[in-house]
Amino acid sequence: MTAHNMKLKLKIWRQKNKNAQGNMTDYHLEGVSPDMSFLEMIDLLNENLVKSGEDVVSFDHDCREGICGMCSMMINGEAHGPEKSTTTCQLHMRKFKDGDTIVIEPWRAKAFPVLKDLTVDRSAFDQIMSAGGYVTVNTGAACDANSILVSKVDADLAMDAAQCIGCGACVASCKNASAMLFVSAKVSQYSLLPQGKVEAPKRVQNMVAKMDQLGFGNCTNEAECEASCPKDITIENIARMNRDHLKAKLFSRPEIE
Amino acid sequence: MSLKLDSKIPDGPIQDKWNEHKFHLKIVNPANKRKYKILIVGTGLAGSSAAASLSEMGYQVEVFCIQDSPRRAHSIAAQGGINAAKNYTNEGDSVWRLFYDTIKGGDYRAREANVYRLASVANNIIDQCTAQGVPFAREYGGQLANRSFGGSQVQRTFYARGQTGQQLLLGAYSALMKQYGAHKVKIHARSEMVDLIVVDGKARGIIVRDVVTGEMSSHYGDAVVLGTGGYGNVFYLSTNAKGSNTSAIWRAYKKGAAFGNPCYTQIHPTCIPVSSGHQSKLTLMSESLRNDGRVWVPKKEHDNRSPEKISDEERDYYLERIYPSFGNLVPRDVASRNAKNQCDQKKGVGTTGLSVYLDFRDAIKRDGESAVRARYGNLFDMYERITDENPYKVPMRIYPAVHYTMGGLWVDYNLMSSIPGLYVIGEANFSDHGANRLGASALMQGLADGYFVLPNTIGDYLASNKFEKIDDKHPEFQKGLKDSQGRYKNFMEINGKHTVDDFHRALGKVMWDKVGMARNKEGLETAIKEIQKIKQDFWKDVKVTGSADGINSELEKAGRVADFIELGELMAKDALLREESCGGHFREEHQTPEGEAKRDDQKFSHVAAYEYQGDGQDPIRHTEQLKFENVKIAQRSYK
Ligand SMILES: Cc1cc2nc3c(=O)[nH]c(=O)nc-3n(C[C@H](O)[C@H](O)[C@H](O)COP(=O)(O)OP(=O)(O)OC[C@H]3O[C@@H](n4cnc5c(N)ncnc54)[C@H](O)[C@@H]3O)c2cc1C
Ligand code: FES
Repeated sequence: MTAHNMKLKLKIWRQKNKNAQGNMTDYHLEGVSPDMSFLEMIDLLNENLVKSGEDVVSFDHDCREGICGMCSMMINGEAHGPEKSTTTCQLHMRKFKDGDTIVIEPWRAKAFPVLKDLTVDRSAFDQIMSAGGYVTVNTGAACDANSILVSKVDADLAMDAAQCIGCGACVASCKNASAMLFVSAKVSQYSLLPQGKVEAPKRVQNMVAKMDQLGFGNCTNEAECEASCPKDITIENIARMNRDHLKAKLFSRPEIE
Repeated sequence: MSLKLDSKIPDGPIQDKWNEHKFHLKIVNPANKRKYKILIVGTGLAGSSAAASLSEMGYQVEVFCIQDSPRRAHSIAAQGGINAAKNYTNEGDSVWRLFYDTIKGGDYRAREANVYRLASVANNIIDQCTAQGVPFAREYGGQLANRSFGGSQVQRTFYARGQTGQQLLLGAYSALMKQYGAHKVKIHARSEMVDLIVVDGKARGIIVRDVVTGEMSSHYGDAVVLGTGGYGNVFYLSTNAKGSNTSAIWRAYKKGAAFGNPCYTQIHPTCIPVSSGHQSKLTLMSESLRNDGRVWVPKKEHDNRSPEKISDEERDYYLERIYPSFGNLVPRDVASRNAKNQCDQKKGVGTTGLSVYLDFRDAIKRDGESAVRARYGNLFDMYERITDENPYKVPMRIYPAVHYTMGGLWVDYNLMSSIPGLYVIGEANFSDHGANRLGASALMQGLADGYFVLPNTIGDYLASNKFEKIDDKHPEFQKGLKDSQGRYKNFMEINGKHTVDDFHRALGKVMWDKVGMARNKEGLETAIKEIQKIKQDFWKDVKVTGSADGINSELEKAGRVADFIELGELMAKDALLREESCGGHFREEHQTPEGEAKRDDQKFSHVAAYEYQGDGQDPIRHTEQLKFENVKIAQRSYK
């Protein structure tokens, strides 16, 4: 068992609700152990806040295993903090030093309004998904699974893209607040698989149109999204999507809704 | 009132029951489906698959979930895989074998008819998910790949790296998004069901708290479906997501739904051990690791040399020694109990002595590091991130942790609870796993319920009943709304000295120590008293800060922990009354000379289902006798 000996200075964004003004508030926290996860460190702060009668810092979290995509914090200006390929819930305090000052803010993007403190509304991602992030097949209408052969290479590439957890770090890290990495990961997964090919032209156009409509910015190839992605989704997916999009625009029949 | 449990298991040979039953079920004609509204609580594999399927059929569907998006339900965290009986590996697998393994794995405490149906629709699930674009692992020829899981001697588990739950859930979620995009389902995210509304004996709606505004509202329909997951978090520390809770099913229990086998808890053998008191959750290392990892402890007591200094002769690969035919792939309950036994005998490793090794040395030597990385890379990374140790170099240390609850609301063959119109699917019901669930079978069951069973059975209820028109002005809704508002106001006003987590941790400790891996009469009796005391203290001394009209995670937790405390007491009572050992329920008084679980089929070959009788009253224990007509019951052996 490791000693609980780290002292930290935290600067945290506090905002009562969607319409309120927010501000950075300072907290001193003692008794932090290097083995704690970042969220356990905030749990500790929150327990102290309850004991002193104050409202706790609101933040999203659930699985605490890096897979649900709930946790979402800018830590010292970096989405999910300093460790590569790691979500906030999987980040451990051993990556920080005793006496550090840590600045913690919510995702900032027009399409992700702050609901309270560090909690933001990411329902725009569901909207994008509902514009085409699926294969149209009703329950009961499937053929035997092995009648669709998929080369291992394509299956692996599709899986690489499908690993996206929809956390929104890509949007938060992009100076244009673009959702291209998120959208391209879904578009790629399906365009690499035979099951997704039938609807590919329509899908890519509808999803991109929805993304634009919801107020996400354009991609200007900064690649910050790739650097911040906790699941290592690469910008190759964006290139693949741009190709698909162009092809769809040039060659597909006009059936876009 | 006293309820009657009627399992509604159809007659006839087991192979024909489901088809025959489907033929006899009433069907709502396509044009009439849109007249019925179904409320679905939960968007895990069970809820999402049900919502998508029912909406495709034409019903009005509304779904509710706590997270900010349906895609984030706890199912997302499932790692290892999903079973089916495709027999793509030519090892003699069949629906019958999957059925048999599941009944045996459940230690003969599940319904034959349900399990057979589960096994028989499993293949359709793989087809459905593949058609949706779920990127299952493939062989070089392009066919689907399989791997082994515990409790089975054939390779029948389909997987998508170590993220099978994520990919299956995203598949079901995408089907739901398809319907949402077409304006055929309504989605209420960040919405928590806080009560069930029963009108004239039928489930007609729910009371929901909007987690963002704190507002309570009534929602009504013709049937209510709960796919709200398991209650492992009653132990405070478990592998479940932090938000997983019992409240939806507990509220329904208090409104009259029978609770089946509450004490059946699965303790998973391969989790990262607890490191200290700050820990907020436990992390599972997928069972699939036992395909290649070998479990061992030093032969000597208190041997604290580093593992590479301990030679093969000084190691005890105890699972391979005790269970030569299943080896490291024995079912979970067996593996967990053996790990505990080794640690009880002072062979445990690590600073706390509460862990055993899971060693990949031989697999790396045999197949190379890159092959091992391809199979388990993300799990190894996760392990290293949490423990700061590199499992390619030193063996993993693992210990059992609470993982899954086989108990849940009692349902009949149609998945309807004892309240007409209330259906329960996925981990929230008690149905198919008996006293122990086999690995890769929860995903199978959740999707079987949601894609293939419920969409068939719910129509029969809707078509055979008349529904009076109601809305949220109905007195039952008005009362429900007022009760819930009062309850949450109360949490805010107690203004005591201890945080919600203080109580949750106290409850968790009692549950783990006395209602955990090994249980005995004395411990359970003490646990019941201790839990009653925690309940009293909670309602006097809990402190919730902030406000009720807005996001308030402490207030949300208070509602859930209040329900966990009451559930904990029922679990201890059930464990006390079940005077036998079976599967995950191990009563120290009932074991074979070799220390294996000893069932009492004479007295306990039944489901125990509890009927709520009011606060502070003992519930009535009903039983449903289990009949085994197709499988010969025997002492389980994995030797
Ligand atoms: C770490 C881990 C790994 C696992 N790996 C495997 C595996 O490899 N194979 C396998 O077969 N099984 C596995 N399991 C088990 C399996 O994941 C679960 O049993 C299964 O996913 C449960 O699905 P569900 O749909 O029943 O519920 P969940 O996925 O738990 O979903 C519950 C839903 O209900 C909602 N909800 C809950 N309460 C309320 C409320 N009061 N109001 C509104 N909404 C509510 C939640 O928001 C959520 O949407 C694993 C479990 C864990 C913890
Ligand atoms: S809490 Fe689920 S990804 Fe961090």
